[in-house]
Amino acid sequence: MRLLHYLRAMRGIVIRELWRFLRQRERFIAALVRPLVWLFVFAAGFRSTLGLAIMPPYETYILYEVYIAPGLVGMIQLFNGMQSSLSMVYDREMGSMRTLLVSPLPRWFLLTCKLLAGTAVSVLQAYTFLLIAGFYGIEAPWEGYLWLLPALIVSGLMLGALGMLLSSFIKQLENFAGVMNFVIFPMFFMSTALYPLWKIKESSEVLYLLAEYNPFSQAVELIRFALYGQFNEYALLYTCGSLVVFLSLAIIGYNPSKGMMKRKGRG
Amino acid sequence: MTGSLDMNILTKTVIFLSLALLLNGAPAETIFVTLEKDNALAVVDGESAQLVKTVAIGRRPRGIALSPDYRRLYVAASDDDAIQIIDADSLTVIGTLPSGEDPETFALDPDGERMYVSNEDDNLVTVIDIAEQKALKQIPVGVEPEGIAVSPDRKWVVSASETTNMVHWIDPKTLEVVANTLVDTRPRAATFTSDSKQLWVTAEIAGTMQVLDVDSKQIIKTLTFKIAGVGQEKIQPVGVKVDRVRRWGYVAIGPANRVAVIDAQKLEVEAYLLVGHRVWNLAFSPDQSRLYTTNGVSNDISIIDLKRHKVIKSVAVGRYPWGVAVKP
Repeated sequence: MRLLHYLRAMRGIVIRELWRFLRQRERFIAALVRPLVWLFVFAAGFRSTLGLAIMPPYETYILYEVYIAPGLVGMIQLFNGMQSSLSMVYDREMGSMRTLLVSPLPRWFLLTCKLLAGTAVSVLQAYTFLLIAGFYGIEAPWEGYLWLLPALIVSGLMLGALGMLLSSFIKQLENFAGVMNFVIFPMFFMSTALYPLWKIKESSEVLYLLAEYNPFSQAVELIRFALYGQFNEYALLYTCGSLVVFLSLAIIGYNPSKGMMKRKGRG
Repeated sequence: MTGSLDMNILTKTVIFLSLALLLNGAPAETIFVTLEKDNALAVVDGESAQLVKTVAIGRRPRGIALSPDYRRLYVAASDDDAIQIIDADSLTVIGTLPSGEDPETFALDPDGERMYVSNEDDNLVTVIDIAEQKALKQIPVGVEPEGIAVSPDRKWVVSASETTNMVHWIDPKTLEVVANTLVDTRPRAATFTSDSKQLWVTAEIAGTMQVLDVDSKQIIKTLTFKIAGVGQEKIQPVGVKVDRVRRWGYVAIGPANRVAVIDAQKLEVEAYLLVGHRVWNLAFSPDQSRLYTTNGVSNDISIIDLKRHKVIKSVAVGRYPWGVAVKP
């Protein structure tokens, strides 16, 4: 009976999120346009700049577009993670968050369900993007698309948890733009999404270290290896570790007696 | 009744699928690559796509070919002024052929009895009787002869001279030049189609590939190459191959790091495949399901799956890989 209760709540939250996503067609298009612009415009200009060395998981020389594709899948998940937390700030302002949190189910479970819902949306976006990229000639071996699914779930949860943690610090919707600038962009640019680590190392050791330990880099590498049917153990452990840390902090953050909400409430 | 029919279909499907898997597996062929700078021969296993070993041979080895029975390898050891005969199993040098000075490229006749060698510095083509291991004749041709090919119907030998910008047509019976065709600047490599009706010639400086009609000895098509994001100065076509059924042709475009896929019927470029740096020479696998490329600057070879026209792997082999030959 109790389990059923949990499942029913999870179903409700996930379906609400998917509904919201499908109803907001502009959001779906926007989520696709962003990485596609990067792929068709940005990457096209740098087509032949890579192809200087062969790096795993690739077994031969690749065009820049091929390199950047997993990074753009990561970008989709990063934006989606932030956007679903944006919607949590919105929910909080509108009062629907209260409805959710007064449910008798434990808070960590409700927040995890929210995360799962957000991840489900990002997985849909990622596969749609890869489908379009496939027509453009950026193809991975077919088994790669299967291995990608678990990788996308782990990376999506991790980036969603990060967004949730950030949203616990934010009192109002307007503040979120700052987070986008101070979190999303540095995270994206200081990662392996756009350039491989050896290339970053050539220009700056500091940047290299930042990129190496950036959880987003590891999420991207996890996606990149999975897409080519390979398993990157280090990236998986790093991503899972980051997920646990971010989620724990977010749960604390959303706890009214200890977390940031209480502090802000006072202020 | 239906049950047994289903079983039948199932069994057939399983057999078909296992066969398909077997056929899809990488072929157990051996790839030999001359390493110009290492004075060595690299041996790559086709199945694992890995370098098996490197064997020291003559100095500055470049052109390479297998005898029609696949038992011997011939390698032009340019700085030793000789063609080395290498046993294809034991990989030991078992003899040399008198090639004249600085041999770079050569061609075997389809029976494997004669060899035609380009002597770039002396403006000659040396004709060698392989069994006798001696030179039969030296034929004067244009300045800096390089590309050389024998037609599968044994009617023609052509030599392309880089500076004269000509294709010289040699009659193998009389061993005389009987005709010349002016082609684009710096012709590098030449190959006949399997029906001996066309000759394909690449021009390195002009950046073109020209198709000649063998009967009329006239150019019937000049192909140019344009690759998005690659400067036109990097378009330097060298190696050229056409498959047995004349469906597809392939041109190595040097520093553009691409192999052009050409529709051999329409004579149009179909696609460009990214391979290693400064790709020069090409070789088919015996069943023509794969194409191997030597990438001189990135020190590797690339393996192209010809069913899908996809580069599947690049394998490091040693310094300055130049020529490639494949043994089943």
